[in-house]
Amino acid sequence: MNTRPDATVADTEILLANLEHRYATDGQDVLALTGIDLAIRKGEFVVLLGPSGCGKTTMLRIMAGLIRPSSGVVRIGGRPLWNNNVRDDQAVKELGVVFQDANLFPWMTIEDNISLPLKLRNVPRPARHEKASRLAQLVGIGGFEKRWPRELSGGMRQRAAIARALSLDPGILLMDEPFGALDAMTRDNMNVELQRIWMATNCTIVLVTHSISEAVFLADRILLLSPRPGRMDTLLEVGFGRPRDLYVQGSAEFQTIVAELRKRLDAMH
Amino acid sequence: MRMLRRNANWIATPLLLAALIWIWDIYVQAFEVSPLVLPRPVEVWESKQQLLTDPRTLNHVWTTLYETLAGFAIAILVGVGLGAVLGKVRWLERTLNPFIVGLQVMPKIALVPLFIIWFGFGPTSKIVMAAVLAFFPIMTNTILGIKSVDRGHRDVMISLNATRWQSFRDMELPNALPYILTGMEVGIVLAIIGAIVGEYLGGSTGLGYLAVATLNAFDVQGMFAVIGLLTIIGFILYFAVVMLRRFVTPWHEAVLVTRQQD
Ligand SMILES: Nc1ncnc2c1ncn2[C@@H]1O[C@H](COP(=O)(O)OP(=O)(O)OP(=O)(O)O)[C@@H](O)[C@H]1O
Ligand SMILES: [Mg+2]
Repeated sequence: MNTRPDATVADTEILLANLEHRYATDGQDVLALTGIDLAIRKGEFVVLLGPSGCGKTTMLRIMAGLIRPSSGVVRIGGRPLWNNNVRDDQAVKELGVVFQDANLFPWMTIEDNISLPLKLRNVPRPARHEKASRLAQLVGIGGFEKRWPRELSGGMRQRAAIARALSLDPGILLMDEPFGALDAMTRDNMNVELQRIWMATNCTIVLVTHSISEAVFLADRILLLSPRPGRMDTLLEVGFGRPRDLYVQGSAEFQTIVAELRKRLDAMH
Repeated sequence: MRMLRRNANWIATPLLLAALIWIWDIYVQAFEVSPLVLPRPVEVWESKQQLLTDPRTLNHVWTTLYETLAGFAIAILVGVGLGAVLGKVRWLERTLNPFIVGLQVMPKIALVPLFIIWFGFGPTSKIVMAAVLAFFPIMTNTILGIKSVDRGHRDVMISLNATRWQSFRDMELPNALPYILTGMEVGIVLAIIGAIVGEYLGGSTGLGYLAVATLNAFDVQGMFAVIGLLTIIGFILYFAVVMLRRFVTPWHEAVLVTRQQD
């Protein structure tokens, strides 16, 4: 069963209200996302699932403040993310973003990459490196602080990217297919790791994925989006206890949820 | 096998050089070429020994080196500075682009007489010429480097609410460094050319002047020796810039590759 208490309004960490987004490409508008109303609780793990092109990335980038929605409201911890044309710095500080590619800066060592957000907020160097070292431990790449990114494997780089996203102690982690480029085995391990990190930091996570089983394994709640235009299709609670181990995937209940989602996804084509 | 291939250029290059010199010698002897047209390698070598023992030669070398390096330094400062501004401020780049292209295609060597009128027969006119020639590749490469920042890297900076200055310092400038170094590799060679052409046409010091002076004295061997000396100086300066890459961008893939080849 879900170990987390039921949501109250005060518990809401991310609020999306009446959200709609259109991309304007040479005169032609593409309606990418419409009718999104979602309240994500503090500490919740929400997974966005859906076929390619249904607007998952768009939705995540809107939450990250990388895209300003055409209409609607985004609130982070009660604060509006946008004030006129400017991102609210307090709200931004609450957000850690992990992209599909690690996007580490090749000219910075791993510790400098991890602590880049601290550098941008003028934290002195020794404190930055101390923090980087602790985060490297947390994500499982302790000892690699002085290496260049190109000296790490893809999975290790993605761990470093997660550490970087965590360096401001954000309340929220936004992840767009963070393990999409990894092989299946590494990916399974990373999912277990991510659950551990999430439980250790108590942060709220919104994660985008194409993989149904990844979604069911990780999520407290799955939001299934349908394409053209992207809309909310199904909101589904996943009630397995925490921490979940990979064997939960073999259980009948797990398979039932996967099959149900599979059916809904197939119906979309 | 790998060892052999790795050492190949240490053996093959000198061998090829020796072969070329040998063909040169054979050619001069077989066709009885006048020494005023093409002297024999031995004569050039002797002339070179003479040149190197002459204390005045060192003065000429210093002059040329000074002009080249001063011009090169100015070209780096202005080229990187202007390139950074143009790379970041798109509308300014778009506005100035026709002028930049125009100046680039203009044969800048033709400006030497003008610079001599403006800056005199001293080293200044040569420094300006060296700077003008070296400036363009450095600036265009800086612009390219600033603009070629990865979209994903940009997203990281935006998501962290970085200021324009922070993005420049931590993302655009380091991203541009390998490009700037490439511009500098081209630029140092052009700086030497600028200094020497300046010396050809005006003044009384420098290796460019020496080349003209030897030619006027029908000392063709001497001229060849000066050209040889200039080539060696060019080599040293060029490789100094190439070596710089290892210190400035130790993180870069190209550096890794060259390190593995050692
Ligand atoms: N920059 C853009 N300009 C114009 N249209 C865009 C842009 N980005 C996305 N779109 C369109 O918006 C829709 C949603 O795209 P989005 O990238 O959010 O989908 P997604 O669910 O993340 O897909 P995927 O699973 O393939 O990553 C698509 O139809 C896409 O063509
Ligand atoms: Mg996507």
